[in-house]
Amino acid sequence: MQYALAVFFWLVASITVVLFIGKVWWLPPLISEHGAAIDSQLILTLIIAGIAFFLAQVSLGYLIWRFRAQPGQRALYWHENSRMEAVWTIGTAVVFIWLSLSGNRIWASYILTAPPANALSIEVTAQQFAWNIRYPGPDGKFGRTDFHLINDGNANYLGLDAKDPATKDDITTQNIIAVPVNRPVRVMLRTKDVTHSFFVPVLRVKQDMVPGLMIPVHFTATQTGEYEVACAELCGMQHYKMRARLLVMSEADFENWLKQRASMQ
Amino acid sequence: MASHSSHTLHGEVHHGFIRTYIFSTDHKVIGIQYLMLALFAVLLGMALSVFMRLRLAWPAEKWPSLEQVFSVGFAGGQMTPEFYLAMMTMHGTIMVFFVLTTAPLSGFGNYFLPIQIGARDMAFPVLNMLSFWVTFVSLAVMVSALLVTGGAPISGWTAYAPLSAVGEVAGPGLGTGQTLWVISIAIFCAASLLTALNFLCTTINLRARGMSLMRMPLTVWAWFTTAILALLAFPVLLGGGVLLLLDRIGGSSFFIPGGLVISDKLIPHEGGSPILWQHLFWFFGHPEVYIAILPGMGVTSHILSTFARKPIFAYKAMVSAIFAIGFISYIVWGHHMFMSGMSPFTSMVFSVSTMAVGVPSAIKTFNWLATLRGAQIRFTTPMLFALAFVSLFVTGGITGLLLAQPAIDIYLHDTSFVVAHFHLIMGVAAIFGIFAGIYYWFPKMFGRMMSAPLGRIHFWFTVVGVYAIFMPMHFMGISGAPRRYATLTEFTYLQHLQPVQLFISIAAFITIAAQFIFLYNFFVSMWKGEKAGMNPWESTSLEWVIPSPPPHDNFGEVEPVVHHGPYEYGVPGSPTDFVMQNAPAGSVAS
Repeated sequence: MQYALAVFFWLVASITVVLFIGKVWWLPPLISEHGAAIDSQLILTLIIAGIAFFLAQVSLGYLIWRFRAQPGQRALYWHENSRMEAVWTIGTAVVFIWLSLSGNRIWASYILTAPPANALSIEVTAQQFAWNIRYPGPDGKFGRTDFHLINDGNANYLGLDAKDPATKDDITTQNIIAVPVNRPVRVMLRTKDVTHSFFVPVLRVKQDMVPGLMIPVHFTATQTGEYEVACAELCGMQHYKMRARLLVMSEADFENWLKQRASMQ
Repeated sequence: MASHSSHTLHGEVHHGFIRTYIFSTDHKVIGIQYLMLALFAVLLGMALSVFMRLRLAWPAEKWPSLEQVFSVGFAGGQMTPEFYLAMMTMHGTIMVFFVLTTAPLSGFGNYFLPIQIGARDMAFPVLNMLSFWVTFVSLAVMVSALLVTGGAPISGWTAYAPLSAVGEVAGPGLGTGQTLWVISIAIFCAASLLTALNFLCTTINLRARGMSLMRMPLTVWAWFTTAILALLAFPVLLGGGVLLLLDRIGGSSFFIPGGLVISDKLIPHEGGSPILWQHLFWFFGHPEVYIAILPGMGVTSHILSTFARKPIFAYKAMVSAIFAIGFISYIVWGHHMFMSGMSPFTSMVFSVSTMAVGVPSAIKTFNWLATLRGAQIRFTTPMLFALAFVSLFVTGGITGLLLAQPAIDIYLHDTSFVVAHFHLIMGVAAIFGIFAGIYYWFPKMFGRMMSAPLGRIHFWFTVVGVYAIFMPMHFMGISGAPRRYATLTEFTYLQHLQPVQLFISIAAFITIAAQFIFLYNFFVSMWKGEKAGMNPWESTSLEWVIPSPPPHDNFGEVEPVVHHGPYEYGVPGSPTDFVMQNAPAGSVAS
């Protein structure tokens, strides 16, 4: 029995480590500037946690293997060892606090930094179960919205106020977010109804969209292509279908796309 | 120290069936009632997870036979996503409240806390009976949410407002089902509050002579600390629940801001804050995690020491670690909310405090391992579960290092990685603590042994099964799979995970099936098991100095006097390799 159990814990440890190192299932590709720091912190922590996990399981297996009861024998009468206790307490405390401080640095350098002034502003408003995207248009200003004017039946998903001159050139789409490559983008996140979460795995961006609040996030995409946006906060029955396409384009393609969209409205 | 008041009935008491088994004030009967309630709840919660795993493994499959039974949930033969979410919500709720809170604390705690400290009963036996029956009502209300029109709520066990607050307009199950859910939770909070009060008074006031604090078994320390947590955590959820109920049926707006439009309908509320609900919920919710796991840690310490035939390593450090975990668990709740829109500065504070809770957890792990060094391990069924508890505690806990960092949570928050983390630590490890406790205390509770061969088979299926279920979820999370998705295949970047889903489902079905081995062993051994003596495991704590099962008043006329610590195994010079806590003082050097 004890051999089987020891081997089992060793197997759990080894298989897990092999699957992580082999990257059998791994992070999706990274296409944002700030994401590199997040990934490296994630991998660093994973390595530290992995080592601790592996050592603990292997030691547990070893102790089980080694210390089976022998007839007529007594166990070691061993109560405590303050030196050992002090070493592992201080040791773990140092590693854990250091990890949390280094993680906080990365968090602060991303979240607490405002995007540059030339950043493109986009507004993304979630609803059950779709994403409404709005670009300010050539005037650079978002028109007024009023929740009283919201009418999904008439495709006025955001409650745009047509009387406001700034509204006229606003460009809206549903479930398609186009952004230019290598240019900072600032996204204002809002929701019409319940809490949603704006999750773009390839960008390493996630932020809840909270009713009553407008929360900004920012990123710079570094690779053109088509990617996916998912909702990461339970929002109702079609939560799992709440998907938008993220199109990262060259600056020229993006300008064309905007013009084409504008002409459609 | 002990002052048994007149409420304790001496000798044989002859009550009718109803007073003896239904409305009993005997802590032992109440403990078993709680365990049976938890057993019913865990079977129900497990059945709900079967539905979840069916949909996740075979998203497009049609189940005509299930449509016969659930005409709405399987409309057209296929399981609807709202049915999936209802199963998920009820699975989480029932498991967290009615299993993981009820069995380890109210079940084992009720039965064994008084006996282990040498008391005849709880401090307030009538209140104790009331706690159980209020919990029972709470469970009845919760189960009824499954049966009402519109079905069970779909807002998850966390019931985030405004989804949970605005009613049926936001989705099926959010009408009557959600209202019943809130009412049930509020009732549960009240009952748990009473239990906590009782545990605290009992531990402080009713200890036998010589049972100083530092001679209490670590199980008692764990229940005591858990009771402090419950005393301070449940009122907050109770308050939150009442406010949520008022938002739903009283027209108030604690959690609903103005201007919400759902399906083109303007919601007639304004001025509330959705984030406030999250603060109230998690101010309860994080200590709740420790309410679920601390008793398991206590039981594991107790059983490891018993079957290692060695004193627990660093008893004092273990006590301090339990208290440190309990205290720190109050200042970490914000780590559930890094992405919630609360201030990013707040996140940094919660990140540091969350990492800090890892330190006492690591101390406990080291001490468990050190307890095994130089041991004479007896591989009994409870010991197998306790050893696996240590393994699972490490596996589930270590991923906290990642999730405690807001920067990493930008990616991992609300993915399967989190599901894997909390299931292993507060679900599976806690359940292993419960199993260890049942196999260990069964002879005391029912006077008979459970079958060891069946126990081993149950152990192997379960330990292999839970690792097969929950390890792969880490990889799904790393791949970016959001949690609470009825299907992953709607997203291109997740489609390669479908084989993993299938693997997990099959592992889950096998593991669940194996639990019937346990049920068989449990119920058959109750009547047919080999007779157990007073102390079949050669343990030292006070429950083992009285008959199995114990008489109504536990110790009878003779109050035990305690002379030794709880883990005196392998003491040099003593005739046996264990010294009972009430052994005469001069018998060995201690």
